Amino acid sequence: MDLFEYQGKQYFARFGIPVSPGDVADTVDEAVAAAAAAGYPVVIKAQVQVGGRGKAGGVKLATNEEETRFHAGNILGLDIKGHVVKRLWVENASDIAEEYYASFTLDRAAKQHLLMLSAEGGVEIEVTAEQNPDAILLRHIDPTVGFSIDDARQAAIDAKLPEAAIEGAADILAKLYTCFTEGDCDLAEINPLILKPTGEVHALDAKVSLDSNAAFRHPEWAEYAATEELDEREQLARKNDLQYIGLDGTVGIIANGAGLAMSTLDVVNQVGGQAANFLDIGGGANADVMAAALEVINFDQNVKSIFINIFGGITRGEEVAKGIVEALGRVELRAPIVIRLDGTNAEEGRQILAEAGIPESKLQSQPTMLDAARAAVELANA
Amino acid sequence: MAIFIDADTKVIVQGLTGGQGKYHGLRNRDYGTQIVGGVTPGKGGQDVDGIPVFDSVADAVAATGATASFIAVPPKAASAAILEAAAAGIAFIVCITEGIPAQDEAKVYNTLVNEYPNTRLLGPNCPGVISPGKSNIGITAGEIAQEPTAEGPNVGIVSRSGTLTYQALYELKQRGIGVSTCVGIGGDPVPGTSFIDALEGFQADPETHAIILIGEIGGSAEEEAAEYIKANVTKPMSAYIAGVTAPPGKKMGHAGAIVSGGKGTAQGKMDALREAGVRVGLNPTEAGDLMADIVAELRAN
Repeated sequence: MDLFEYQGKQYFARFGIPVSPGDVADTVDEAVAAAAAAGYPVVIKAQVQVGGRGKAGGVKLATNEEETRFHAGNILGLDIKGHVVKRLWVENASDIAEEYYASFTLDRAAKQHLLMLSAEGGVEIEVTAEQNPDAILLRHIDPTVGFSIDDARQAAIDAKLPEAAIEGAADILAKLYTCFTEGDCDLAEINPLILKPTGEVHALDAKVSLDSNAAFRHPEWAEYAATEELDEREQLARKNDLQYIGLDGTVGIIANGAGLAMSTLDVVNQVGGQAANFLDIGGGANADVMAAALEVINFDQNVKSIFINIFGGITRGEEVAKGIVEALGRVELRAPIVIRLDGTNAEEGRQILAEAGIPESKLQSQPTMLDAARAAVELANA
Repeated sequence: MAIFIDADTKVIVQGLTGGQGKYHGLRNRDYGTQIVGGVTPGKGGQDVDGIPVFDSVADAVAATGATASFIAVPPKAASAAILEAAAAGIAFIVCITEGIPAQDEAKVYNTLVNEYPNTRLLGPNCPGVISPGKSNIGITAGEIAQEPTAEGPNVGIVSRSGTLTYQALYELKQRGIGVSTCVGIGGDPVPGTSFIDALEGFQADPETHAIILIGEIGGSAEEEAAEYIKANVTKPMSAYIAGVTAPPGKKMGHAGAIVSGGKGTAQGKMDALREAGVRVGLNPTEAGDLMADIVAELRAN
């Protein structure tokens, strides 16, 4: 789960990482109040989860109330690469002497934590990574050992941060690591990490991605879920605990397991169709889950056919079949279903579907994944 | 022969008294797996359909001589369960639990590496392992696995995705091709057993004559496997990578399956595997067809 900048900064603040004083604003008046509280000059920043907002006019400096009204009014409602700005972050503007880069992630290949630290931070960090990779210090950390303040100091020295920034950067790095581990982040990134002319080191931006598997031990994350940017289909899916991603095609997809769902998208594409979505009903899905999945798909106006691809392991065929029969009784599906059912209790499932007396124009069974994909695509393209 | 488990492997189930543990533990026993005990703290002395339950893994090992454990407990309890099994001397742990936090997985993995180098963890979030006709630990439906033949050729399967593991077994069964062992390594960010571990096992196993690898987008495990194959695997292979059409930057359900910054794409992985001499299919059925070709060639020689 990706956080907005303001949420990331608030998350950092819990772990004692210094960020600029500021507040969120959903209206021009709120922006004016936030600016007055933070102290002029202020930076007004669009809160969208997409890069390049500065170039799109989503970040502006204001030195008085009039400028704040002008810029806040312009940025609210601005469309940045398809993301409409609904919320601003208004913070006290910092004087910047130097810009650095710092992040912690999991290096899946090394199976250890990875610190990336560079004295050359800022908007060009990706260019630096490509053209001058030696300018980025990579340090692996054994999760059973951890990362101490001494390790942090050594990393700052090795990354060639200037003397004046070492202590401040080390303090932030140690806290950022705690935020990463105890805060259950997939990514905790500061870019830029700045040195002020007055000598303080400070996080000017915050990019935080949380590991949703750890939500059970973070009840405070509930507020983030409420602000996630989801379209209506995704909201409906979320309500039913389904792994759903909306796409642009016409073949609705329901499969069990992420791998099989991805594979189903691939096969639909190979036989000339376009998937309308990715939907994984997970392992052990019962009739209720299947019915909910069909309702989510049915919500999508673009769907012309529905391809249900089930290979039962934990998921049982008869439960899948019951769910389909139930959903057909509950909602008027706008598109016909093509189903391929194999694995645990598949025979029982096929039996249930056959006995339900559903007309072939609404539901057809196909023996293999490829046959079912062809049939679904043919219906969608008809 | 088979890899990781065979007919003699004695298995305990951690979480045998829970819903998942009971259902799959009993199914595994029905398949012929030697399920010799269960572990649920506080329920020692009870039994589940005749299988004795112990309070701790140490008690279960002492009483049964088990060397393998099947862990089917909720995410909150899974890390501790894995470490308890390792501390009790279990050599092979299968953990099917889905939803373990990545920070916990990283800690458990490195604790095993540092303190219990002789313990192998398969998973978490994996379907388990089946050596058809001999033993089945996990959630795979045993009837979709074709038993190997004495004369061969038999195929080893290693897969990162649960349902695609079944699909691969099914593709081979449809073609009457025997399977030596099928290993589901799971799709989480820090799997205990990697593609390379399984490939090493298959390369050394005289009963395995060819290998299918099923991968998916995200991470670099398939690229690393390709490097290993190039240098170490002489047995013929086919492969399939799921997620060719996945939009970049979207997390497709698995913690593992995410494409970002052009890295971990299906195309990159397919290219790396082809480069290593692996025949790559564009869907699971094609990978099955390619394996049928390989088996026919092996039979002809």
